[in-house]
Amino acid sequence: MQEIPVTRYPEVLIDRPTHYCPGCQHGIAHRLVAEALTDLGVVERTIAVSSIGCSVFLYNYLNLDTVEAPHGRAPAVATGVKRARPEAIVFTYQGDGDLASIGMAEIIHCANRGERVTVIFVNNTVYGMTGGQMAPTTLLGQKTTTCPGGRCLEREGAPIRMAEIIASLGGTAYCARVAVNTVKNVMRAKKAIRNAFQYQLDGKGFSFVEVLATCPTNWRLSPTAANERVATEMIPYFPLGTFQDCAATEEV
Amino acid sequence: MSERLFLKGNEAIARAAIAAGMRCYFGYPITPQNDIPEFLSTELPKVGGEFVQAESEIAAANMLLGAAACGVRAMTSSSSPGISLMQEAISYMAGSELPGVIVNMNRGGPGLGDIGPSQGDYFQSTRGGGHGDYRTLVLAPGTVQEAYDLTLLAFELAFRYRNPVLLLGDAILGQMKEPVTPRVPQQTTDPEAETWCLTGAVQRPGRVLKSLFLDDGALAEHNTRLAAKYQAMETESRAESFLVDDAQLVVVAYGSIGRIAKSTVRKLRAAGHRVGLVRPITLFPFPTAILRDLALAGKRFLTIEHNLGQMVDDVRLAVRTVTDSAFYGHLPGNLPTPNDFEAPILAALGH
Amino acid sequence: MYMDTIIAGFGGQGVMLIGNLLAYAGMHHGLEVTYIPVYGPEMRGGTANCTVVLADEPIGSPIIHTPQSLIIMNGPSLDKFAPRLVDGGVLVLNTSLVPRERIPSPERVRVVEVPANAIADELGNSRMANMVALGAYVAATAVVPLAVVEASLPSVISNHYHHLLPKNAEALRAGAAHVRGA
Repeated sequence: MQEIPVTRYPEVLIDRPTHYCPGCQHGIAHRLVAEALTDLGVVERTIAVSSIGCSVFLYNYLNLDTVEAPHGRAPAVATGVKRARPEAIVFTYQGDGDLASIGMAEIIHCANRGERVTVIFVNNTVYGMTGGQMAPTTLLGQKTTTCPGGRCLEREGAPIRMAEIIASLGGTAYCARVAVNTVKNVMRAKKAIRNAFQYQLDGKGFSFVEVLATCPTNWRLSPTAANERVATEMIPYFPLGTFQDCAATEEV
Repeated sequence: MSERLFLKGNEAIARAAIAAGMRCYFGYPITPQNDIPEFLSTELPKVGGEFVQAESEIAAANMLLGAAACGVRAMTSSSSPGISLMQEAISYMAGSELPGVIVNMNRGGPGLGDIGPSQGDYFQSTRGGGHGDYRTLVLAPGTVQEAYDLTLLAFELAFRYRNPVLLLGDAILGQMKEPVTPRVPQQTTDPEAETWCLTGAVQRPGRVLKSLFLDDGALAEHNTRLAAKYQAMETESRAESFLVDDAQLVVVAYGSIGRIAKSTVRKLRAAGHRVGLVRPITLFPFPTAILRDLALAGKRFLTIEHNLGQMVDDVRLAVRTVTDSAFYGHLPGNLPTPNDFEAPILAALGH
Repeated sequence: MYMDTIIAGFGGQGVMLIGNLLAYAGMHHGLEVTYIPVYGPEMRGGTANCTVVLADEPIGSPIIHTPQSLIIMNGPSLDKFAPRLVDGGVLVLNTSLVPRERIPSPERVRVVEVPANAIADELGNSRMANMVALGAYVAATAVVPLAVVEASLPSVISNHYHHLLPKNAEALRAGAAHVRGA
C-alpha cells in the first residue's frame, strides 16, 4: 500500500513523545506554531518565550532559541527580547492562568504598546500543571479543585474573554480566537497563527491568537468527551473568530 | 585634567550606562531616581538604544531579563519599593545566568517609607533579595565619580559572571552633584555572549535559557556551579581604607554614610583621636579580608549604618575570630550629618 | 583649603541657582565641590536651601550640620541656620528682608550685611538679589575669584536667558563692591 503524506512534519518540531496527557491539545498548538514558522521561513530567526504552566517545556519540543519567563511575565520578557533583537521573530506561548490571571498587566500593556511580538494563548479553562484549580477563564458552574461546587458568578465573577479585551487595545494588529477540536477548526487555527506571525513579520503591531483547548485530566473527562465539551460549552461562551485585523480595518 | 562635568549622581549613572554601550533601558517612575529614566528617555534613542517605560517594576525587570537573554547590555533602575517588585525577575536572572544591571537608589522604609536616603536594603541586596539561593554582585558608590565608574564596571562584571549586578546608592547619591570626569570604558560590547545568548538558532540546536531543573540531580549540579561562580566573585571585592594604619578604631561605613563618616573621622583626627575608616565599595563580595587583616592588627571596629544594623553582621563575620564590632545606627527618616557620628565614635574609642 | 556653606531662602529666591553657580565656579577653579539641595521633609516650612562644599582634597560629607558660612536670604532661614553656624563663621545676610537685630548672638560670628533686594532694585531687577548676595559672599570669603563666578554664569543660566548674563554679572559685581566698599 502506498503511503500518501497529507502534511509534512516540520523540522523544528522535535521528534519525541511529549509529557502532555492523552487528549491534551497543546501538542496540536505546538505543531501549528511549528508549521507557521516553517511556512514563513523564519525558524532560524525566531526566539520563543516560554511561560509557567504545562507548556513551560515548550523548548523540549520546538528546536528554537528560548528563554523561560517567570509566571505571567512572558509578554514583558518578549518586549525585552524584541527591543534587543528587533530583527527576531518573537513569540510567547502562555496558558490562561499565566496570561489572564497573574500576567494580566503584562499582556495588556504589551498589546497596548503594539510590541511587534506574537502571543499564542492556550485557554483550557483551568490551571493544568498545578492540579486543576480555578482559572480566570473557568466557565460558570465548572467544577475545579478550588471551586468544587462549580464556579459561581457572585463569588468568583465571570470568565474573562481575553481575545475581546486584546482586540480593543490600540496596539493590536491582529487578534483571533480559534479551536482545534475539529479538522476544520484546526485548519482555521493554522491560518490564524500564520496570520499572526505574518503581521509581526510585516511590522504591523501586536498579534494574538487564543486557542481553545482541552484538559481531559483536570476536566475529569475522556479525550473524546473533552473534545466534545469544547464545542458544547466553550465555544458558546468564547466565540471563535477574528476580533481585530488591521489589514481588514484599513480596507474599510 | 580632562573636562569635568558637574552631575547629579542619577545623571552620572545614566550617562555612564550610555558610555558603557547600554542598548536597552526599562524603567518605571519612582522617587528618588527619576532623573535616570528622564535622561535616558531622550538620550538613549539618540544613540540607537531602546527606552521603554514599563507598566510596573515587575515588567521592567522582566524586560531586562528578555534583553539580557539576547546578550545585550541592558539596565533598569528604581528605588526600594520598586526593587522589591523586581526581585522575582532578579531571582530568575540569577537562576538563568543572565547579565543585567539594576540600580537601586535606596529610600526610607519599611513600606512606602519616605523619599529620603536609607541603607535599609542592605540585606535584600547582599542576600540575593528574591526567593532561592543566589547572590548578585553589589556595588556601592560613595561619590558621583564613583557612581559613574562603578556603572561602567557593573556592565563588565555582569557579563564576566553572567549574573545580575546591583548598583546600590541612596537618595543622597542620586540627588547630590559633583564633578565627574567621564571615563571611556575599554569594552562596550560583549562578543563572548554570542556563545550563549539568543540570536535565533542558525545551523545549531536551539538554546534554552532557563532556571527550571527538574531532572534528577540537575538542580544540584546547577547550584554547585553557581556556588563556584559566587566563590570566584570574591576576587572582585573592593574597599577604600582611610587613615587606618595607626588607628585604634576603624569605622566601617558604606556609600553616602561612608563619606559622611569620613568627615567625622577627619575632624576627630584633627583633635588627636586615632580613628580610621574602611568604606566597602563592593557589598557582595564583602571586603572581608581587609577587615580581618585590620582585626589581626589589633584594631577595634565600629560599624555605622543608616538602618537598624545590617552590614554590621558582615563586619562581625569578617572579624569574628579576633574581635567584634560595635554598631551605631542612624535611622532612616533623619538626614545624618558628620556631627551625628562624633559621640558614637568617641564612645567606641572609650572616651 | 576647605569651605562649606548653606544657602537658604524662600522658594523662588534663587538659592538653588546660586548654590549651583558657586559649585560650578569651584569646579572651574580646579577645586573639589559638592552641591546638594535639601531634600525631604525639610523642604517644607518656609525655606529652600542647599549645601555647597569647596575643598582642595576629596570631600567627605556633602551634608553639613554646622557650616562655616551661610548665605541667608530671608527671616525663617536665619532662625533655622544661624544657631548652627560655627564660631567665627561668615554670615551673609540679606538685610533688605532681615534686620541685623534678628541675628541671635551676632558677636560670635562675622556678619556681612548686604541689602540684596535694594541693590538689585537699583540695578533694575529685584529678582537678581540672589546674585548680589553671592557676589557679597565671594568678596567676603574669597573662596573663588569673582571673575570665575562670572565666567560660570552660562553653566547655570539656560540658553533662553543668556541675554541676561551681563545683568547677572553686574549684580554679582555690585554685591562684591558693597562688601569691599563697606
